[in-house]
Amino acid sequence: MATILNPTYRSRLGYQAALLGGMCYLMSMLLIGGNTATHQLIDQHVLNDKLALLDQVMPHSLYDNDPVADSQVIQYRDLFKEPIEILPARLGNEFSGAALNLTVQGWGGPLNFIMAVDASGQVLGVRVINHKETPGLADKIELEKDDWITGFDGRSLSNTSHIQWAVKKDNGEFDQFTGATITPRALVSGVYRGLQCFQHWRQQAQAQTRAKEESGS
Amino acid sequence: MSTASTPKAPAYRTIFRDGLWDNNVAMGQMLGLCPLLAVTTSATNGLGMGMATLAVLMLTNTLVSLIRGIVTPQVRIPVFIVLIASVVTLVDMAINAWMHELYKVLGLFIALIVTNCAIFGRVEAFASKQPVLPAMADALAMGIGFTWVLVAIGAMREVLGSGTLFAHASLLLGDHFTWLEVTVIPDFSGILLSILPPGAFMALGFLIAIKRLIDRGIKARQERAALAGLVTQ
Repeated sequence: MATILNPTYRSRLGYQAALLGGMCYLMSMLLIGGNTATHQLIDQHVLNDKLALLDQVMPHSLYDNDPVADSQVIQYRDLFKEPIEILPARLGNEFSGAALNLTVQGWGGPLNFIMAVDASGQVLGVRVINHKETPGLADKIELEKDDWITGFDGRSLSNTSHIQWAVKKDNGEFDQFTGATITPRALVSGVYRGLQCFQHWRQQAQAQTRAKEESGS
Repeated sequence: MSTASTPKAPAYRTIFRDGLWDNNVAMGQMLGLCPLLAVTTSATNGLGMGMATLAVLMLTNTLVSLIRGIVTPQVRIPVFIVLIASVVTLVDMAINAWMHELYKVLGLFIALIVTNCAIFGRVEAFASKQPVLPAMADALAMGIGFTWVLVAIGAMREVLGSGTLFAHASLLLGDHFTWLEVTVIPDFSGILLSILPPGAFMALGFLIAIKRLIDRGIKARQERAALAGLVTQ
């Protein structure tokens, strides 16, 4: 049925295909334009957010390099399924510690946290970046709600044994919350595995510098 | 669906009455329930989601109304979906780049708007058949209607769940709105159920029941008035 407002060419296949294709093309162009206009700003914001988080766990006096720029992504398959991000801290040219960006499986979903370790392998601080745990029960892992997370400060692989790296219910050293054991358990195990990653990474780095020194001399 | 069958645009009064109450997105059309149930753990979250939805709805309704003349019924659904998804992505990028503080609060919600079938619902049912101005009015009415329901459910859940109202509103609206943040019940640990997903279903259920009761009351009064009119004749 052809009317002025609904001419016959509209019902042709070619028109429909061109309309759909043209629309997709136009929208892609808009998206490309939008991305070009915003991606630099967005990258800058992401970097700033990361630095702000780093500030919470790692004192500024500990580094004068740019840990975010020096960061490495490494995979330790037997400890974490996903590759982990290590942000090394250096003072002068001396290694002074590192921050690790880790994700473990919590009760409600992935639980993302950052932990800072000093050169001797002691935990400087742990902060949860984002999580999907039950509000009111397991969100005591946030520093704003409870100081539980500061219980990791000063812990290391040498001053806390393998058995002690567990919640009290599992005969370990760390408190669990009433009604929520899985979240603290995941976090304790995450920090423990994070320290192990740090140790591996440190040993590798030291072996590399030693090899470099030997080949240099 | 095409311009050939353009019905007469309803009066603006009707558009707003529909959007705010009679045919409210959440309570009348029962659309957009996924984002509604997911984010209304506080009144502030509800407000954020509502405003983001309102902005996207304004844009999509206007754009679709503008191109309604060239879109044929056969391909309208993919065309509208491409348009809505692109607009949401552009809004997401723009807020992230130029209003980053707001993005930290709203970021999660903006991506969720794609799952809001209310946007597509309005585009399909209204904007694709109406001129630009009524389409914009419809978007505004539906958006405000959705926002007030989100804020109401968020407020109910927040008061019961954490004893506060509009907590962290200044993060969303700026420091001028710190006065909005009220502690309704001090030192209240909260009813956990209200914050959990079932609490959202319950709050929505209560709200819909209240709306139905009010509607029934209005209808009964109208009938009585009509009857009285007959008797006096």
